[in-house]
Amino acid sequence: MTEPSRRTALKRSGALAAAAMAAGLLRPAEALADWNKSAFESKTVADALRNLKIASPADSKDIVIRAPDIAENGAVVPIEIQSNIPGTKSIAVLIEKNPFPYAASFDFAQGAALPFIALRVKMGETSNVRVVVATADGKFHAAVKEVKVTIGGCGG
Amino acid sequence: MADPMKIRAKLDGDVLDVRVLMAHPMETGQRKDGAGNLVPLHFIQTITAQLNGRPVFQAETSQAVSRNPVFGFKLKGAKTGDKLSITWTDNKGDKRTDEVTVPTA
Repeated sequence: MTEPSRRTALKRSGALAAAAMAAGLLRPAEALADWNKSAFESKTVADALRNLKIASPADSKDIVIRAPDIAENGAVVPIEIQSNIPGTKSIAVLIEKNPFPYAASFDFAQGAALPFIALRVKMGETSNVRVVVATADGKFHAAVKEVKVTIGGCGG
Repeated sequence: MADPMKIRAKLDGDVLDVRVLMAHPMETGQRKDGAGNLVPLHFIQTITAQLNGRPVFQAETSQAVSRNPVFGFKLKGAKTGDKLSITWTDNKGDKRTDEVTVPTA
């Protein structure tokens, strides 16, 4: 039975090496623990939503998106989002036509933070801004607002 | 070490209106410098706000957030004298924390 035991030993050393590597990588991995790399690196809205584990969001009129209809400078587009949906846990913002659509996501501690966020984003070209709200019951709600961009803000 | 944040916290009843300005280049990795070389990605990835040490607001962000980011958010149940601290971390491992005391309304 030398063969199986050798295999076991190899497996064990492999596992050890993997554990050591994991330990070495722990620091950067820890720092990025909350940062959804796969969602941020997605190049389409569909991929980003899949990586964010957002399934079939329902259109909602209770999400208010305040953004300019026409943004002269795509490098600084102010957006304000207010969710009037009870139990709002988080708000995700996707700029559909940006090279990487997923721009940001905001989590609100229930009872301690209101479901509101104001931010400024870069937009490469005229695009829909898609907002997805996650609620405490595990459901998703979405709203869209188009912003026309005169001068893009991604290469600039 | 990055420049300090500018944090403005204003009490309106029991709602604390917070506005924070962070000094950060937020490089997209697509911009070229004067010599025609691509400027590498450099952007804030996570933001956490704590009220008296309790996390109340968190964000994960991409390079699509504008340079020198400004965020506005609203906290509930804060009162004068509470400590509001905000921390950001970026993709190069740099981080910065600043704290303010909630002023009288």
